[in-house]
Amino acid sequence: MALIELKDIGKSYGPRNVLERIDLSIEGGEFVSVVGASASGKTTLLKIASGLVAADRGSVVIGGQPVSGFSRDASIVFQNYSLLPWLSSLENVQLAVEAAWPDWSPAQQIEQSEKHLQMVGLGAAVSKRPSQLSGGMRQRVAIARAFAVEPRVMFLDEPFGALDALTRATLQQELTKLCSAAARPVTALMITNSADEAILLSDRILALGRGPGASLSPAIPVPLARPRGADLLLHDEQAIRIRARLAEFLTASSNAKKKVARLEARTITNDVAVEA
Amino acid sequence: MNKILTSIKRPLTNLLLPMIGIAIVGGLWALISATVSPDLPSPLKTWEESKIYVLQPFDKRGEMDQGILRMASYSLLRVAKGFTLAVLIGTPLGFLLGASPLFFRIFDPTIQILRPISPLAWLPLGLILFQQSEPAALFTIALCSMWPTVINTMTGVRSIPQDYLNVATVLRLSPWNKLTKVWLPATLPFMFTGYRLSLGLAWLVIVAAEMLTGTPGIGGFLWQEYNSLIYSHILLSIVMIGLVGFILDRLMGMAETKLRAA
Repeated sequence: MALIELKDIGKSYGPRNVLERIDLSIEGGEFVSVVGASASGKTTLLKIASGLVAADRGSVVIGGQPVSGFSRDASIVFQNYSLLPWLSSLENVQLAVEAAWPDWSPAQQIEQSEKHLQMVGLGAAVSKRPSQLSGGMRQRVAIARAFAVEPRVMFLDEPFGALDALTRATLQQELTKLCSAAARPVTALMITNSADEAILLSDRILALGRGPGASLSPAIPVPLARPRGADLLLHDEQAIRIRARLAEFLTASSNAKKKVARLEARTITNDVAVEA
Repeated sequence: MNKILTSIKRPLTNLLLPMIGIAIVGGLWALISATVSPDLPSPLKTWEESKIYVLQPFDKRGEMDQGILRMASYSLLRVAKGFTLAVLIGTPLGFLLGASPLFFRIFDPTIQILRPISPLAWLPLGLILFQQSEPAALFTIALCSMWPTVINTMTGVRSIPQDYLNVATVLRLSPWNKLTKVWLPATLPFMFTGYRLSLGLAWLVIVAAEMLTGTPGIGGFLWQEYNSLIYSHILLSIVMIGLVGFILDRLMGMAETKLRAA
């Protein structure tokens, strides 16, 4: 049985139907990405999968347990870092470690925190506050915080969305390294708007059509060897084909939505005409 | 225009411009006492008649005849006690109001009714409750100055960014860490604004409280001198009350800026 199972998920915010009939299963140790345009409901999908938001319909099961509230075994990295500005990098990480292992001694907690900050190259910035760090460094702290609790499942909500292209590329590589170096195998679900990012990091990619009422495309496997360099995207035929398929699905769903919208508009005009 | 603006920023003009304002008010005072209201002592006469209080500010010649800083220190001590009480009650109350919609719906109307009640109305109630002037004064100060702390703390708790609350949920923080590492630091700037306003109010209330209870202090002194028809000492007290209030506000303002920068 898959580690993460989403079955027939549906979610509406008021009259707006955000997600419809979402099925997704992720095996243990897999890195799966969901690619979608902004406002396609991908963040909602991630929040439902992680238990931060309850779905209206369907079920989420992680490790055989139905999810209610954020799972004990999971970590999440947000796009906007979400560090506490009044704590240093070390304290930010330590807060997570302390919550995960409350019976550890402070020294043990600090050791675990420092180890993970070193792994993201921030050994020298442990006492700095987030406001003293660049965007890339802040996201490194957030990633260290997520990995420091040794999660079984890692949720990534557009983790590099706010970063410049260069920083983005470096951090993508580091994320791959962290996933493979983690104390226990990490299963990851990443949400992103970049097909390239998804290809570089994932084992499988799904595209989320444009909302409202977005649904998922069939999974596209990414059987490329790791480590994957950025040049892969330019030269490797398989990578190029995957990107083309993703683009195809995303534009097709967007065109279909437009067609539906046009049809709906026409119906509404007819209704109005009838009423008049 | 730009030239004027940059020159305004210079420290000399920073001192000079407020001086102009003070001089204008002082001039008006002198003018009024010289023309329409002969009972009002002129600034010079005020100084002549009350310099003993200023030049020997800590002297004690009698129960109600003491140096002006000595008087002010009694009042300050009383304000400190009342204000501490206000903070100790107001902060948790504001926290509960901000955190619990149920608590808010139960108590908000009551608070809105209690809030506009004047210290002059509370004081007699305090005297009935405690039978003594000192606790009655503290009761009045605390009750009147509490509201800005309550309301600002409440606003602060309500405006904690969703991001920080998400962090608390996602990291599964213990209730204690949730409070001390997320809620309190996020609310602290708002709380401090509340404290600053509360302290201003407490100082405003002290004069009324001392007047009615006749306890030694700057307000008690003012009322006694009015009854003894020594008008220049009233003016001295008024100036002193203003100065102390100004200094208190500046000190709290400095603490607030420091806090926001941190």
